[in-house]
Amino acid sequence: MSPSVRLQEMIRVIRSARTQGEERGVIQRECAAIRAQFRQADNGGRSHNLAKLLYVHMLGYPAHFGQMECVRLIASPRYNEKRVGYLGAMMLLDENQDASLLITNSIKNDLAHSSQYVQSLALCTLACMGSAEMCRDLASEIDRLLRASSSYIKKKATLCAVHIVRKVPELGELFTPAARALLAEKNHGVLHGAVILITELCERNAQTLVQFREAVPELVHIMRGLVTSGYSPEHTVAGISDPFLQVRILRLLRILGRNNDTASDAMNDLLAQVATNTDSSKTAGSAVLYETVLTVMDIKSESGLRVLAVNILGRFLLNNDRNIRYISMTSLQKIVSTDHNAVQRHRGTIVDCLKDQDASVKRRALELSLALVSAINIRSMMKELLLFLSTCPPELKSHAASGIFNAAERYSPSQRWHIDTILHVLITAGADVRDETVPNLIQLITNASQLHCYTVHKLYRALVADISQQPLVQVACWCIGEYGDSLLQGECEETEPIQVTEDDILDALETVLQSHMSSPATRGFALTATMKLSTRITENVDRIRSIVSIYGSCMDVELQQRAVEYNALFKKYDHMRAAVLEKMPVMDRSSMGPTNGESGGGGVQELEPTKPKQPEMMVAPQPASQVCDLLDLLSDPDEPSLPGGPLGPGGGPLGPAGLMSGSAGGDLLYLLGGLELTPTPTPATAPAAVTVYDKSGVVLKLSCERPLDASQTITLTATNTSDHDISSLTLQAAVPKNVQLQMKAPSGDSLPARSSAVVTQTVLLNNPNK
Amino acid sequence: MHFLLLFNRQSRLRLQKWFMPVSERFKRKVIRDMTMMVVGRPARSCNFLQWRDLKIVYKRYASLYFCVGMEAEDNELLTLEVLHRYVEMLDKYFGNVCELDLIFNFEKAYYILDEFLMGGEVLETSKIDIGVAIEDADVLQETLEEYMSKQTY
Repeated sequence: MSPSVRLQEMIRVIRSARTQGEERGVIQRECAAIRAQFRQADNGGRSHNLAKLLYVHMLGYPAHFGQMECVRLIASPRYNEKRVGYLGAMMLLDENQDASLLITNSIKNDLAHSSQYVQSLALCTLACMGSAEMCRDLASEIDRLLRASSSYIKKKATLCAVHIVRKVPELGELFTPAARALLAEKNHGVLHGAVILITELCERNAQTLVQFREAVPELVHIMRGLVTSGYSPEHTVAGISDPFLQVRILRLLRILGRNNDTASDAMNDLLAQVATNTDSSKTAGSAVLYETVLTVMDIKSESGLRVLAVNILGRFLLNNDRNIRYISMTSLQKIVSTDHNAVQRHRGTIVDCLKDQDASVKRRALELSLALVSAINIRSMMKELLLFLSTCPPELKSHAASGIFNAAERYSPSQRWHIDTILHVLITAGADVRDETVPNLIQLITNASQLHCYTVHKLYRALVADISQQPLVQVACWCIGEYGDSLLQGECEETEPIQVTEDDILDALETVLQSHMSSPATRGFALTATMKLSTRITENVDRIRSIVSIYGSCMDVELQQRAVEYNALFKKYDHMRAAVLEKMPVMDRSSMGPTNGESGGGGVQELEPTKPKQPEMMVAPQPASQVCDLLDLLSDPDEPSLPGGPLGPGGGPLGPAGLMSGSAGGDLLYLLGGLELTPTPTPATAPAAVTVYDKSGVVLKLSCERPLDASQTITLTATNTSDHDISSLTLQAAVPKNVQLQMKAPSGDSLPARSSAVVTQTVLLNNPNK
Repeated sequence: MHFLLLFNRQSRLRLQKWFMPVSERFKRKVIRDMTMMVVGRPARSCNFLQWRDLKIVYKRYASLYFCVGMEAEDNELLTLEVLHRYVEMLDKYFGNVCELDLIFNFEKAYYILDEFLMGGEVLETSKIDIGVAIEDADVLQETLEEYMSKQTY
C-alpha cells in the first residue's frame, strides 16, 4: 500500500513543533489549506485532505467543517475515497449531527454494491453511528443481507442487526427467524454474531426468550464441540478453542436457563464438563471458567454444581494473579447474600486481600469483608478492619468508616467494645466520618452509664494528644463537660486513671477554643463544656467566668451569643446555674422535639448547636435555654395565677420564639421549682408521667409516648385533689416556629373534687426537621 | 463495550473509538479521566478499575495504554484477550508494531479495528480471516491509487 505522503508530512511537521503555541499555528495553517481544498472541485487529493483533518481532530482540535466533505466522499465511486469518507463519518458524525441523515441514501446504495468490501464499509458505519431513523429505514436491507451467501457479509450484517435491535427494539421481531437459522452456521464469526443477536433479542422480549429456549440443545451441542475439539490455528488461544465464542454461548445459556428448570437441566452436564476440563493457567481459560461460574450461580443448577462453582472461585482467590483475585471477589460479592456460608469459608483469604498493595483489590476486599461480618466473627473482623482503616487509601476511608459503624451497630458484643471501636475510628479517620456520628456516639455514651468514667478518661487522653479531628474533639468536649467530675476524681476501674487537675482540664478546653484548627461548631461544644464544668469543679470557677466573658465579644455570632447568655447565668441568675447545668438525662435515639420530662409546649431557642443536621443535640440544651428565656419573665412576677392557668410557659404564641406571656410569670417559678426538685438525670422512659404543675390541689401530669417518625404524642392529665370542683379548665400550649402543634379536644372541662375523675387531652407535636 | 482508547504515557491520544453516541464534552471528560486514572497506576497492579457505572479494563503494551470501558455484564478477562488479539493483529500487519506506526498510519489502525470489532462486540474470532480481509481491502485500494496516479502522469 502506498502511504499518503502528504498526510505523513503534515504529521511530521506537527510532531516537530516544540511548543503548544507552535503546534496550534501549524494546525491552523493546515486547516485553512484543507478548507480551501474542500471548496475546490474534485482534485484527486480529497481523501488525503480528509485524512489530515481526521488526524487534527484526534489531537483535539475542532473539525466540524469536514462533515460535509465526509458526505461527499462517501458518495464517491472510488473505493479509497469511500473508505476515508466512512471513517470520517464514524469519527465526526454521530446521530446528534444533522449531516448524518444525509448519508442514509449512500449507505443504502452501498449496501447493494457489488463489491463486498464496499458493503462492509456501509455495514460498519451503520453499526457504529446509525441513528434510530436510519436503522428503521435500512432494517429490511440488513435482513436481506443476513441471508446472503458470503459469510463475510453475514457476520457483519448480524452485528449490524444487533445495533438496530439496541436502537429500535421493536424491529427485533423482524430478525428473529433469520437469527434462528444462523445458529446452523459453521463459520465461527457468523456463529458468534448470531449468538450475540439472539442474546439481545431474548433480553428485550420475553416471548422471544421462550422461543429460543428450544435452541438450548443446539447451543449445548455447539459448545461441546468447541470444548472437545483439538488445536486449530485460527481459533485456539492458549489451548482454549475460540474462547470468545465459548464465553458468549455461556452467557446466552445463562439468560435462557434463568428461572427455568428444564433449560437448566439440559445444560448441567455441559457446565460440569466445561468447569472440570478447562485449563485455567492462562487468561483465556480463566475467562471461560469465570463465565461458567457466573452461569452456574445464576441458573437453577443442582447443588453439586454450585459447590463446584464456589470451589472454583475459592481457587481463583488463591491465585497469584491480581486480576483473577479481583474477579473472584467480584463474583463472591454477587453470591454472598445467597450462599453466605460457602463464602464464609474463604473469609481468611479475603481478609488477607485487604493488605494487598493494589487499590482495586483492596476495594473489592473491603466490600466483601463488610458483607461477611456476622455476630460470630465480629471481634476478629473488626480488628482487621480497623487495621485496614489506618493504612487504606484516602478514597476508601469514608466508605470503610461508615461500613465499620454499621457493622458495629448491628453486631457489637458489648457497649464498651462499641464505644472503643467508634473512638478508634474517630482517632484514625476522624475527618472522613459522616456528620451523624457525633450525636450517635454521644447518645451511645449517655446510655452506657456505667462506662462514663472510662469513656471520659479515654476521651481526655485522646483530646490532649490531638485536637485536629473535629468529630473526636466535639465528642471529647461534650463528655468532659458532662462527666468532668469523674475525671477529677482520678479513680476508674476499667482503665488506669491519670491525675488530672482542674487546671489541666480547663487548659485542654481552652486550647480547643483558641486553636485555628477548630471549626465553629467545635468551639461551641468547648464553650458549653467549659460552662458546664462550672458546677462540677470547685476551685477555678473564676477562671471559667473569665473565659466566658472573653468570648462575649467574639466575632463569631454563635459563640458570642452563648458567651453572653452564660455570662448572664453567672451574674444575675447564679442560683439557677446548678439546675441549668445539671447532667443530661438519657437520650432516646429517636426522640425529637421536647424531651421527656419537659413541659410539652417547651419554648426552644436555637442555642446549640446551630447545624440542623444534628437535631438530637437540640434536645440537650432545652433545659438551659428554656430557663434562660424564662428568666426574663421572672423579673416581673405578678398576680397569682388562675387555677386553670396555662400549661406551658405561655398563653399563646409570642413572637419567633413562641414564648410566654407576662401573666405566666408566677406559674413559671413553680414550674422551675418542679424542675429543680428533680435534679438527678432521670433515665425517664417515655410513658412515665411527669408532674408539671401542682398548685392549689390541681395536679397536671404530662406523659410522652414513643414517637412514630417525627411526631411526638403527649398526654396531659389533670386531676383535682382539692375539695372544690373546678370548672372551665382550659389548657394552652405554645411551640417554636418549626414545630407543628395539634391539640385534640379535651375529655372534659371540669374537674370534680377529690380526684374522682380526670381530664385528659392529647397534644400532637410534629417536628419536620427531624 | 462503550469505548476503546489508546494513549501513551504523556496522555497523548493515539486512537479513539466510541461505540455509544455521546457528546463531545463527555468524550473529553472520559479521555481526561481515563488518562489520569490509568497512567498513574503502578506496574504490576490489577488491570480492572471502576469508573462511574462502567468497568474499565486497561493493558499496557510498550509505551501505549489500551483502555476499554464496558458494561457490568461483560467479562473482564475476555476483554483482556480482546485487547491482546488486537495488538497481535496490528503486529502482524505492521511487522513489529511500535507507537510511531500507529501515529503515521492511524487510518490503517482504524481499518484493522473495524475488521475486528463492530458495534462494541467482537466481529471475527479467527486471526487468519481478519488478516485476509485487510489484505484484500488494501489491494482494492492500491489498485485504484495506482490507477489514479497513472492518470495524472
